[in-house]
Amino acid sequence: MIWPRKQVERTNGLGMRCNDCGEFILGKKLEKMLKVCPKCNYHFRLGARERISLLLKDGTFEECDSQMTSHDPLNFQGLELYRDKIVEEQKKTGLTEAVITGEGYLDNHPIVIAVTDSRFMMGSMGSVVGEKITRAAERAIEKRLPLLTISGSGGGARMQEGMLSLMQMAKTSSVIAKLNKEKLLFISILTDPTMGGVAASFASLGDIIIAEPRALIGFAGPRVIKETIHRELPQGFQRAEFLFKRGLIDMIVSRGELKKVLSELLDKF
Amino acid sequence: MSTNHLDFELPIIELEKKIEELRRFTSNSRMDLCREVEALEKKAERLKREIFTNLAPRQRVQLARHPQRPHTLDYINLIMDGFYELHGDRMFSDDRAIVGGLCKFNDETVLVIGHQKGSNIQENIERNFGMPHPEGYRKALRLMRLAEKFNFPVITLIDTPGAYPGIGAEERGQAEAIARNLMEMSTLKTSLISLVIGEGGSGGALGIGVADRTLMLENAIYSVISPEGCAAILWRDKRKAGEAADALCLTAQDIIKLRIIDEVVPEPLGGAHKNHEQVATLVAESLKRNLSELKSFSIKEIVRRRFEKHRHIGEFLELREEAISVRGTEDGDEK
Ligand SMILES: [Zn+2]
Repeated sequence: MIWPRKQVERTNGLGMRCNDCGEFILGKKLEKMLKVCPKCNYHFRLGARERISLLLKDGTFEECDSQMTSHDPLNFQGLELYRDKIVEEQKKTGLTEAVITGEGYLDNHPIVIAVTDSRFMMGSMGSVVGEKITRAAERAIEKRLPLLTISGSGGGARMQEGMLSLMQMAKTSSVIAKLNKEKLLFISILTDPTMGGVAASFASLGDIIIAEPRALIGFAGPRVIKETIHRELPQGFQRAEFLFKRGLIDMIVSRGELKKVLSELLDKF
Repeated sequence: MSTNHLDFELPIIELEKKIEELRRFTSNSRMDLCREVEALEKKAERLKREIFTNLAPRQRVQLARHPQRPHTLDYINLIMDGFYELHGDRMFSDDRAIVGGLCKFNDETVLVIGHQKGSNIQENIERNFGMPHPEGYRKALRLMRLAEKFNFPVITLIDTPGAYPGIGAEERGQAEAIARNLMEMSTLKTSLISLVIGEGGSGGALGIGVADRTLMLENAIYSVISPEGCAAILWRDKRKAGEAADALCLTAQDIIKLRIIDEVVPEPLGGAHKNHEQVATLVAESLKRNLSELKSFSIKEIVRRRFEKHRHIGEFLELREEAISVRGTEDGDEK
């Protein structure tokens, strides 16, 4: 579990201010730009449903396992009850959990897709996220389709489910091994932020790994690293561009280009 | 005698001091206090048993991190023969926080890998407090491939606060290194046994912990996050680590109920640090038994069962579609 990086939505009804350069962008323009700042190319965070409608052909998405929820297996008691927190997050986001999975068409390519939503408990992976990702991979195997995951998780493994969450890392990674044995394609897209237990499991195991510009990606959170080493972190540390330079990802693709790039990649398999 | 006493051990320590004094007094005088000493010894034993069978999770955390607790190389020296350490990931360097090598155990060649903590500051600096970099995980995987090639069983000993959070670690792909180990271990074609001997810190522990049998020592812990880290996030106060330890279900006794581990290996009364030889004997007995049980399966069956075991970890609710629609009608009626 990683420290949350607060993303304040600075909005006044008419539009939003860019978190990076401070430019004010009108709502309509922002929608047209797919929530990318026209001045500095900052990519605002997107919800899972927004991402699906951005990539899949209208009306082709069929959701799976939409009624799966967590039932607080440890009876976890922090300052607030985990079970209350889940209900609160469900109300806030309109989602049942931090991942949406299903099938659909990207152009003319049928695919299985799993998208985590960083707004729901920081996109952290507990039993439900682990199970839905695993089932998505199994569905890909059963139907012999490519698997596409889009990760946005500042939370990593969800601490409120203790060891059950940690073991979802092993579970999702072993089903990717199965996918490989079946010689099926797995493309992993990393968005801001992809950290901790999600980064250290399925999200890092794609045949092809694509990141959005400037996305924060890594194992340990920047604050934990700073506290450990007692010095400032280099400029751009753990950003997509930093990972690209060090050979950790295949490419960085802007949101507006993503569908075209994916489609052309899928053409080759 | 160990100088690192834990707070909850104090009543025992005090009683033991008293017994010591009485003994000295008896030997220096003509008075026979044997009976008194005997009574006190019985009392101390009872007190120990009482304290150590009712340990709170936060106390087990202290025991699991005890600097005098036996670490990986101690177990190797105590129960394995002819150990040769093998070094390096062949790409970047040799991570001293993870040791690995070949040895003879139970009359066969075994590959053993483990996190290595130090027993003092000097050793801990050398071992980076048992916190591996990516090259440690890559070395571990390289050695596991060697074991696979010759069908040697693999034993991993887990004892780490976590994978190291640093600049170099991130630059060299800490997340990828751990993820790859999880994936590769899940299909490794030889038998794998993991034993948590002290601290099982999150992904950094699991990175060498995907196994056919997962065992934990009685006072070991295994957790998704350190109690301090959890307290800092959920309580916004690191001093609430005790509460976090209670909430996280990180003791062997709690985790076996979740069916994530297969066996709790007993420790000598008072904890593993009180008697290295005794705990090592208990560990050897358990490892031998589990190794021989795994021998009755073919490699193919072992890998299949390993997948199934991990596939079924997780607890959740699945509401059926009907349940949803019923709830919808009720909402409608209320209006
Ligand atoms: Zn901007």
